Amino acid sequence: MNYTRLDYWLIILGGMLVTYLTRLSFFSIDPDRLRHAVRRSLRLVPAAVLAAIITPAWIGDITTISWRDPQLLAGCVAAITAWRTKNTWLTIMIGFAALFLFTWVLS
Amino acid sequence: MNTVHSERRGAFIEGVRDQLPLVLGVAPFGAIFGALAVSVGIPAIETQALSLLLFAGSAQFIAVGLIGAGTPVFIVLLTIAIVNMRHLLYSIALSPHVQELGVRWKIPLAWLLTDEAFAIASLRYQRSGTVQDHWYFLGTGLTLWASWQVSTYLGITAGALIPASWQLEFALPLTFMAILAPGLTDRAAWVTALTAGVLALVLANLPLSTGLLISVVAALALGAGIQEAESRHEEQAGR
Repeated sequence: MNYTRLDYWLIILGGMLVTYLTRLSFFSIDPDRLRHAVRRSLRLVPAAVLAAIITPAWIGDITTISWRDPQLLAGCVAAITAWRTKNTWLTIMIGFAALFLFTWVLS
Repeated sequence: MNTVHSERRGAFIEGVRDQLPLVLGVAPFGAIFGALAVSVGIPAIETQALSLLLFAGSAQFIAVGLIGAGTPVFIVLLTIAIVNMRHLLYSIALSPHVQELGVRWKIPLAWLLTDEAFAIASLRYQRSGTVQDHWYFLGTGLTLWASWQVSTYLGITAGALIPASWQLEFALPLTFMAILAPGLTDRAAWVTALTAGVLALVLANLPLSTGLLISVVAALALGAGIQEAESRHEEQAGR
C-alpha cells in the first residue's frame, strides 16, 4: 500500500503517544492507587459500551444524516424520556410511540 | 439430618421467592431479546442457545446489535468480554462466601452469577451468613435462568409474527438508553457516555468495527481520569 504524508505522521505521533504513555505510566501513578482506580473505573464500563452501541444504531451513518429521519427524531424523544424519568418501560413505549408518529407524519 | 435437609430446602425456596420480583423486570427483556434477535436474522435455535449458554442479558443484546451490523466475530467476542468485565467484581465480592464449597458447587454458582443473582445473593450473605446460603444462591440463580429461557422463547415466537414495518430493531437503542440513564449519576459517567457515543458515531466506518473498541477504551480512559482527578481533589479538600 502507498502511505500518504498523513499516514506517516499518524504512525510517528501515534507511536510516540502509546510508547510515551507506557513509559510514563508507573512514574505518575502509584500502583496501589492504580488498583483502586481500575476497580472504581469498572463501574464506567457499561456506560461506555452502551453509549458506543446506541449512537450508531440510533443515528446511523453521520455522513447521510437527515432531520427527516423518524428514528433520529424518535430517539431524541426517547433519550430525553430516559434521562428525565429513568424509567425503562416508559422510555421504550414513548420511543416507539414517537417512532410510529414520526414515520406516519414524515412519510 | 432431617433438619439439615429442611434448612437447605428452606434456603432454596427463599432464594426463589426473593428473586421473583426481579423476574417481573427481567422477563420482558428476555422477550424483547428473543424478538430482536430473530428480527436481525439470528436463527431461532441460536437465539435460544445464547440465552441458555451465554446467559448474560446485556451481552446478549450487544451481540444482537453487533451481529445485526455485520461485525466480525472477534470484535463481538472482545466486546462481550469488555462488557462482562464487571463480573470480575461480583466474583471477587462473593469469593469469601464460596471458598469453603467444592468444585461441584462453584461451577454451577459461577454460571448463575448474573447482575440480578449477585444483587440478591450478596444481600443474603450480608444479612444472615448461615451455612446453607449457597442453597439460597442456587435457588435465586435458577429462578432467573428459568424465567430467562421461557421469556426468550416467547420473544422468538412473537418476533416471527411482527411485521418489518414496525421497525422492531429500534428497540435496541431504546432499551440501551433506558439501561444507561440510571447510571449517569455524576460527571465521570456523563463524560464517559458522551465521549463513547460521539466517537462511536464518528468512527462508525472504520474497518472491522474497530471504531467501537477505540471509542470504548478512549471514553473509559477519559472517564477514569476525571474520576481520579475528582477523588484526589476531594481528598485534598478534606485535609
